[in-house]
Amino acid sequence: MKRRDFLKTGALVVAGTAVAITGLIPEVRADAVPAFATLKPEEAETLLKMTRQIYPHSKLDDAAYWKVVKQLDTASQADPATAKLLADGVAQLNSSSSGKFAGMSDNQQLDALKGIENTPFFQKVQSVELASLYNDPAVWKALGYQGPAYSIGGYVHHGFNDLAWLPDPPESASPKPA
Amino acid sequence: MSKHELNDDSVVVIVGSGAGGGTLANELCQRGLKVVLLEAGQRQSTATFHNDEWFAFNQLAWLDKRTTSGNWRIAKDFPNLPAWICKTVGGTTVHWAGASLRLKEHEFKTKTIYSDVKGANLLDWPITLADLEPYYAKAENKMGVTRTNDIPGLPGNNNFKVMYNGATRVGYKTVHTGRMAINSRPREGRSACWQLGFCFQGCKSGAKWSTLYTEIPKAEATGKLDLRPQSMVLQIQHDKSGKATSVLYADKDGNHQLQKARLVCVAGNSIETPRLLLNSSSSMFPHGLANSSGQVGKNYMRHTTGSVFGVFKEPVHMYRGTVMAGIVQDENGMNPSRGFAGGFELETIALGLPFAAAFLNPGAWGRDYASLLEDFPNMAGMWIVGEDMPQESNAVTLHPSEKDKFGLPIPNVHYDDHPNDIAMRNYAFKRGAAIYDAVGATRTVEVPPYPSTHNLGTCRQSELPRDGVCNKWGQTHDVKNLFISDGSQFTTSAGENPTLTIVTLAIRQADYIAEQCTKRNI
Ligand SMILES: Cc1cc2nc3c(=O)[nH]c(=O)nc-3n(C[C@H](O)[C@H](O)[C@H](O)COP(=O)(O)OP(=O)(O)OC[C@H]3O[C@@H](n4cnc5c(N)ncnc54)[C@H](O)[C@@H]3O)c2cc1C
Ligand code: SF4
Repeated sequence: MKRRDFLKTGALVVAGTAVAITGLIPEVRADAVPAFATLKPEEAETLLKMTRQIYPHSKLDDAAYWKVVKQLDTASQADPATAKLLADGVAQLNSSSSGKFAGMSDNQQLDALKGIENTPFFQKVQSVELASLYNDPAVWKALGYQGPAYSIGGYVHHGFNDLAWLPDPPESASPKPA
Repeated sequence: MSKHELNDDSVVVIVGSGAGGGTLANELCQRGLKVVLLEAGQRQSTATFHNDEWFAFNQLAWLDKRTTSGNWRIAKDFPNLPAWICKTVGGTTVHWAGASLRLKEHEFKTKTIYSDVKGANLLDWPITLADLEPYYAKAENKMGVTRTNDIPGLPGNNNFKVMYNGATRVGYKTVHTGRMAINSRPREGRSACWQLGFCFQGCKSGAKWSTLYTEIPKAEATGKLDLRPQSMVLQIQHDKSGKATSVLYADKDGNHQLQKARLVCVAGNSIETPRLLLNSSSSMFPHGLANSSGQVGKNYMRHTTGSVFGVFKEPVHMYRGTVMAGIVQDENGMNPSRGFAGGFELETIALGLPFAAAFLNPGAWGRDYASLLEDFPNMAGMWIVGEDMPQESNAVTLHPSEKDKFGLPIPNVHYDDHPNDIAMRNYAFKRGAAIYDAVGATRTVEVPPYPSTHNLGTCRQSELPRDGVCNKWGQTHDVKNLFISDGSQFTTSAGENPTLTIVTLAIRQADYIAEQCTKRNI
């Protein structure tokens, strides 16, 4: 097995673990840069741009991505090896001949990320982002996912079969609800 | 609930409390036998389930490290997560979707009927559909399967409406809301389905059958069951005559305990079951317990799977309601003109946004992937489940160097797709896309297999001891008081979701065990 393949999914599952166990999507104000425990301002700014390029959604404002950077900050705080991985990765991104990552054009940023997509640094950021960005109820709302329905008694009275742009199947195929 | 002594050698010890083990425990208790049920996971309940994909995954899934090898895409996408199964009381019946289909007659005789599929280690089952029919009927009744026992089908959700219209437009005939072990009406003290849409996360309404809140409490009510959660079985021990005598396990504090047993039934799902037998090798059984055939761990099957998602101009909201909300059955027969042996079913599937992001194209990122996820509300989904070929080289083996926290070798799962599997998957991908195209899909996406949810065949039933591990009752050929009681028994995978058959085999095995005990044969 190639080492980077191991890292990729090891990281994917571990990221899920981290997010689910803390269960916390951090609070971030929409209009301000949050405070970080370990990340320096320039590192945080670079990671913000990077997370936007990895899963770019014009429907989402920066606050959604700052929450991911917050998660990365928490991970750095908890584990010196992660802190070093992130700091070194950011430093490398910012040392390119085209200047600082945050100042690059969209296409330059994309090219820079494609060049490092198999590194542990990129995969760490991607896996944490995957498991936290798409686990954020604010993001669900923006992207049209309604999430759990237990508190409203399920979707049985909330549109589980409200699709009207196709004919209803006959009752033999799809009986009426009880 | 009762407590049996560690040195009570009159008890039946069952390893694993899922579809096979949980059912067998209840069936044996109902027949008056004393049972110790050892389960590695914790006990949850409908109250502790969370409608949250990542949380539930971490709460319920088996996350102990495993390794993978072979040319299947799982080895690349999920190298340490070959299977998506549970470690919790109730086993994977906590996660499962509830699709409950009988195997077909010819699927018990594929060696005879498919003749020679090159590279496949096909074998006929030592039983026929007729042997199982009375037990299938009992299982369907126990599980409350819709469209059996006068139980109406479930109402179809939006995801099913898309499947139904597309499938009938391309000419499919057998399309309906399936045979599901989910209550469409209140039954046996459990409610009707609320259409929560979190079937994979533990059904909070209890509408979906799970051994956790059906078989296990019923067994407890007999006063015969001693369920011990957080008890990881490490080894099965035997005496000089080669009879199993006891089971060594680590309790919740990590202390080793030795439970004596009259007989031992292993139902740890198809990775842990062979691992336990291999880890129980001794000077008398140097290649692992019950492994004179060399077939323990071999012929690992996981069904030919994959998903097709369609994107539409209008909303679908596939995640509202039952995850497997409907089925297309026209492709499940034998029809070699399609270019492969065996058949498959198409069943709706839905993922929430967190899992859609993780599974639609593992590892993908960037603009195109993000834009696909923005289409999430307008997506419909279906899953392919088809017969895969047993291959001797597809195997669960002990890792040569890596050990778990108990010091035992972790399992490696090797799987190469057989050319027949690839031909079937590619064909099924096209048929799935045609269904969605017929109702105006703007885009269809072929999604590679998830970590295996169906794990089969690693201790297969065989007529002759040299071809497999156990006989037609699940009793191992080599050790008379050792039974295989889960999906590992499957001789071939067939094209249906396996759980109804696992439960059926467990009920049948219970009859046999009770009879053998009465006759003092074991
Ligand atoms: C998401 C999902 C959806 C599914 N949907 C369907 C469906 O619609 N229809 C269908 O037919 N099937 C479905 N399945 C598959 C179904 O869940 C399994 O086929 C079935 O549960 C397997 O039963 P089993 O008894 O072999 O193992 P399990 O149910 O997995 O039970 C094994 C138990 O043994 C325990 N165990 C293992 N090793 C040890 C040990 N050494 N000591 C102690 N305990 C141990 C485990 O913790 C586990 O609880 C689905 C599975 C998943 C994951
Ligand atoms: S959809 Fe029905 S079966 Fe699935 S979790 Fe909800 S109530 Fe349970």
